Amino acid sequence: MNVVIDQDKCVGAGQCVLLAPDVFDQRDEDGIVVLLQENPPEQLHEDVRQAARVCPALAIQLDDS
Amino acid sequence: MTNTLSDLPAFPMERRCPFDPPPQLTRLRAEDPVSRVRLWDGSTPWLITRYEDQRAVLADPRFSADVHKPGYPHLTAASAVRRERSRAFISMDNPEHDAHRRMLTRDFMVKRVEALRPTVQRFVDELIDDMLRDIPPVDLVEAFALPVPSLVICELLGVPYADHAFFQRCSRTLISRTVTPDATIAAADELKDYLSRLVDAKDREPADDVLSRLVVKQLRTGALTRSEVVDMAVLLLVAGHETTANMIALGTLTLLQHPDQLAELRGTDDPQLVVNAVEELLRYLNITHTGRRRVALEDVEVGGQLIRAGEGVIAANDVANRDETAFPDPDALDIHRQARHHMAFGYGIHQCLGQPLARVELQVVYSTLYRRIPTLRLAAPLEEITFKHDMAVYGVHELPVTW
Repeated sequence: MNVVIDQDKCVGAGQCVLLAPDVFDQRDEDGIVVLLQENPPEQLHEDVRQAARVCPALAIQLDDS
Repeated sequence: MTNTLSDLPAFPMERRCPFDPPPQLTRLRAEDPVSRVRLWDGSTPWLITRYEDQRAVLADPRFSADVHKPGYPHLTAASAVRRERSRAFISMDNPEHDAHRRMLTRDFMVKRVEALRPTVQRFVDELIDDMLRDIPPVDLVEAFALPVPSLVICELLGVPYADHAFFQRCSRTLISRTVTPDATIAAADELKDYLSRLVDAKDREPADDVLSRLVVKQLRTGALTRSEVVDMAVLLLVAGHETTANMIALGTLTLLQHPDQLAELRGTDDPQLVVNAVEELLRYLNITHTGRRRVALEDVEVGGQLIRAGEGVIAANDVANRDETAFPDPDALDIHRQARHHMAFGYGIHQCLGQPLARVELQVVYSTLYRRIPTLRLAAPLEEITFKHDMAVYGVHELPVTW
């Protein structure tokens, strides 16, 4: 799984951090998303998919190939 | 389809069961999911009732949140007047919206509100201590539900809690659906004057709080005008306490109606169950019950209907949260279900800024109150409880409890 984030779209809601804290964080200056790992391990895939689904700004794209 | 004005259903609609959305809304979701309704001023915006359609609309920049645009579906005459006089990011589109919202996202980010958790716990513990010194029955709204978020938002913003009676009175007026435009403007102006004086105080002596940071980083640099700082502060103050207060009281009432789940919540060692219960109560109750409002900037097709540029749109998130395509057996409260994708905080770029804080507050409350007062119960029959049908944010006016 390849994770791509769009910091321009992000509104800092933080749901991704709550769902997959090993994959997503928020930067200190404005709470906008930062990606901790682009290719998270299998056991985190479900959480990451949920994070992408609930993201209110559609700022998380997943590529499962 | 040519309905005459009088054929269209009036919106908002009436509930039958106080814990469920209006039956007419549920029927529309099944039979006519994108259809016109009639508002107080005779306008006929589109009502969107299905979960997926609402997500599509709220994520689509062709639907504007700008209350100044013709066709924006205002809740009441009073809110039309009040919102048109304010400039806050809740009523802006991009790029301006993101620029304003990003002035605040740092203060509401997950790790910062997590750092507030011990303070929230302390407020909750002390309020419960005070309550237990009283002789029941006690009104949980006054004694607990309102003070918790009020204390927290005051701490965060840098507003003196000592003034809470004043701004609670103003807030209540601002979210009333039955108040006159004049009364609403008077309350808004009182609150703005108060916050403007506080802005001066912060300018003289900045502290470690949100209002001070807005003064130092935005007002002094000219990024925001004084009136924009004040409008932002009003939004945070009002949004920061009425909503959470209602979730605390109405959530408690709801759990009292589901004693098995309350017992499980009370007895659990698993913090994840508390996290889950909070999301499920947010979904089930959806206290922001007048719909997320937008106006179309272009012609857009939604759910098979063509919405034209300039037409108003209302996404009724209460009934989206009971959509069986998103939540199996949706009308049942189930603190074990997967409810993370609910729309109680809205969706799209305007999704509630305060949601991480609301979550921490509710998690602390629901994991503490019932444990500290295990015999908590209603001190009046359910039929005597009065619900806030008349407010933009739903809840109970009072909650008499005993133990």
